[in-house]
Amino acid sequence: MPDSLVVRGGRVLDGTGERTADVLVEDGVVTAVGAGLSGTRTLDAAGCVVTPGLVDLHTHLREPGHEEAETIETGARAASLGGFTAVVAMPNTDPALDDPAVVAAVLAAGAKSVCDVHVAGCITKARAGVELAPMGELHELGVRLFTDDGACVESAAVMRRALEYAGSLPGAVVAQHAEDPQLCAGGHMHEGEWSSRLGIPGRPAVAESSIVARDCLLAELTGTPVHFLHVSTAAAVATIADAKRRGLPVTAEAAPHHFTLTDADCATFDPLFKVHPPLRSATDVDAIRRGLADGTIDAIATDHAPHAAETKEKPFEEAPPGMLGLETALGLTLTELVEPGRLPLADAIALLSSRPAAIAGLADHGGPIAPGRPAHLCVIDPAATWTVDPARLASRARNTPYGGRTLTGRARHTVLAGEPVVVDGEAQR
Amino acid sequence: MRHLLSVDDLGRDGLEELLDLGESFLEVTRRDIPKVPALRGKTVVSLFYEDSTRTRLSFETAAKRLSADTMAFSVSGSSVAKGESLRDTVQTIEAMGVDAIVVRHRSAGVPHRVTTWVDAAVVNAGDGRHEHPTQALLDALTLRRHRGTGLDGARIAIIGDIRHSRVARSTTKAFAALGADVTLVAPPTMLPEAEAGWPATIGGDLDDLLPTLDVVYLLRIQHERQDAALLPSLREYTMRYGLTRERAARLKPDTLIMHPGPMNRGVEIAAEVAEGPASVITEQVANGVAVRMAVLYQLLGSGATVA
Amino acid sequence: MSAPDATQPEPGPATREGGRFVFRAQVFTADDLRRAHTRIAHEIVERNHGADGLVLVGLYTRGAAVAERLAAIIEGFEGVTVPVGALDVAFYRDDIGLRPVQPLGPTEVPVDVTGRTVVLVDDVLFTGRTVRAALDALTELGRPRAVQVAVLVDRGHRELPIRADFVGKNLPTKRAEDIRVRLAEVDGEEDTIEVWGPADGGGTGER
Repeated sequence: MPDSLVVRGGRVLDGTGERTADVLVEDGVVTAVGAGLSGTRTLDAAGCVVTPGLVDLHTHLREPGHEEAETIETGARAASLGGFTAVVAMPNTDPALDDPAVVAAVLAAGAKSVCDVHVAGCITKARAGVELAPMGELHELGVRLFTDDGACVESAAVMRRALEYAGSLPGAVVAQHAEDPQLCAGGHMHEGEWSSRLGIPGRPAVAESSIVARDCLLAELTGTPVHFLHVSTAAAVATIADAKRRGLPVTAEAAPHHFTLTDADCATFDPLFKVHPPLRSATDVDAIRRGLADGTIDAIATDHAPHAAETKEKPFEEAPPGMLGLETALGLTLTELVEPGRLPLADAIALLSSRPAAIAGLADHGGPIAPGRPAHLCVIDPAATWTVDPARLASRARNTPYGGRTLTGRARHTVLAGEPVVVDGEAQR
Repeated sequence: MRHLLSVDDLGRDGLEELLDLGESFLEVTRRDIPKVPALRGKTVVSLFYEDSTRTRLSFETAAKRLSADTMAFSVSGSSVAKGESLRDTVQTIEAMGVDAIVVRHRSAGVPHRVTTWVDAAVVNAGDGRHEHPTQALLDALTLRRHRGTGLDGARIAIIGDIRHSRVARSTTKAFAALGADVTLVAPPTMLPEAEAGWPATIGGDLDDLLPTLDVVYLLRIQHERQDAALLPSLREYTMRYGLTRERAARLKPDTLIMHPGPMNRGVEIAAEVAEGPASVITEQVANGVAVRMAVLYQLLGSGATVA
Repeated sequence: MSAPDATQPEPGPATREGGRFVFRAQVFTADDLRRAHTRIAHEIVERNHGADGLVLVGLYTRGAAVAERLAAIIEGFEGVTVPVGALDVAFYRDDIGLRPVQPLGPTEVPVDVTGRTVVLVDDVLFTGRTVRAALDALTELGRPRAVQVAVLVDRGHRELPIRADFVGKNLPTKRAEDIRVRLAEVDGEEDTIEVWGPADGGGTGER
């Protein structure tokens, strides 16, 4: 008898409904969902929710170039511990992912890891916003998401050409880091009450919403899908909602820190709270939560941004932006959105799996959990309470702003193509 | 008081306590031998990541007049220039056995961060656009001495590049905490982006205000501001916001004129006005040493830091 | 506890916190104090063969008031206006950093002390540490020809080789006791000097 795996006794929740069932996995593929199944290995899921493996549209793995902060191996392990079975690696590496050889190397390294690593390619060469990257060659390697993330495509003309060109590549989505660099020049946190108190130069909300508005118009002009990365302001959510009502091909993601933290958290001047786009006002946080609940925002994406410890020991205005996210995203979603009743659990799972999988064109991911489907699974214990301990994170970096925070809900088991890569919260390799 | 990071740390009582102490030290600074043995055996290091000879000298003079030992950490040519992190630098300095670190940095919040890494008392000598609490103290002392009474009810206009000014933020807080009525006057591009943290009326017509003011506090206008599209020209600034001779003539006879220096004569203030009898600008400098003595004494000598 | 430090209790076996001190005895009434001032004023003039070249320097807070009183009395019988100064010794104390030491007022001595006879005036002489600090503080102001010390009460327990030249009353006390001086112009109460002691009757040292 070949190896087989049964995930026993959980509530299966995959967008097609909810039922208590065992899931039988053979040869990396789901072969049966039902009662009384058995296999050579069993993962207990009693009291747990069995969902499709989570999908992160927005992960910085730092390799190549900044392996002191993260590697594909450590980042993938952090992802699997967070319940993710697929991540899309952002291209702001060194060198940037604007070259087929570099992209191929990352994909090859990712294939050996405990998570399905996909790659977002650059829109422009070296993310400089001037010349188009070889989008067609990258598309041949399977790249579907294109972005200069970390940098905004500032020129409306370049953005228009990128959208026109990407329109010829099936499934291609152009993802924008919507922050006008001129309006943000010299800024390090949200411009508002707290930047005023702290004397830290601000990045105004209009820097985001103005680019979002412009790119909605360019999506309308070109017909090419635009995805807005880490949307953080009420005005951007309103603009995206309006564009969707008008039937424009736009999607959006929000990061857990943008529905959890506010600009007031910067009051200690600790660069752990520095991120781009910045932590916003409480009003913006409310708008993000509502946008997630009403479907305006399509996905929760981590913007997992590891940084070596010494870089976060610089002054706030000199430290690099970004915070870890992979190992806390699920817990924050359940704690901040599901538990207080802001979002049904099924919707939260969709925001973390099926909907981002659809945006990134990852047909194997995001469910449903049904015979014949690849066995990428996440078993969530929604009642598990745990305290974030930066020292115990699998990521190579430690820059989480959530140290000491108690969360409810975490990934208990993660199954990648039939392989239990996380069992009872422990990485298996 | 463990550290002095922000005027917010003090409140009205704390401010008045430091100002009273400042008066005592002002007497000391006027003696033939302007020195007391109060902080013998204590070491004060000035850690200036940003050039400011005036402020550094003022602190070092204050420390020496209290008989403390002083060390100056020069950033250029040091390990910092070789890329040593802020945390490594301050921990290395503390390992030499210092009791107080006076920090000046171009980034907001650096003194706050330093307090999380060392046991020494930390004094903010100016951090980015954030605060400059000893400047606020010396301004308040200067005003208090001139008015004879407190600042309650004083009508003060602070004029200039408020948004980018740590002096404006600290001084506004201190004046307001002591009971003054502060109005911030500037081109809209130089007013605060939000009201939070500014206990003042934001915006006002200078020419309407002039006859009502007890104090005019001017800030330096930097030439590079016109490059950042904050101002059309310095000439236009002077025309609309400068304390010209004509404007000074419309002030009450006893209105005081203050400036934290260094001044751009002919831009924010006319040369004749800066040197006129209403100007207390040179006194501000002398009072700076006294309030810095008060701050260092309060942190290191008052017993507050003894476990 | 000694009145020179009335607002700054020194560390010791007992403190005035928590109302633990109770009244024991009155040492001086207002009339007694008036007579003591008069006597000290005469002794100062007698010892110095007149009032010329004298400066009375009171230690904050009540010593400054006593100095003013002595000067007024001297002027009354001698017809000479003796300069009066006030001295703050906080920055010269030897216990800075061990406890809160705050100045009580700005030092103000209206004349150059160099070449003059300075009479340091305080209400109570106890360990001698305040006078020691005052000698240092005075030295920074100039080089007096001589320095003398006048106090209303000498309560003993000296810790330094210092003595008073003019004393209102020698008063043996226990170390833990507190000499409470009240002067009308400082305290807004009738003049009095009293001994207070710990409520539990404890305390160390002989009486």
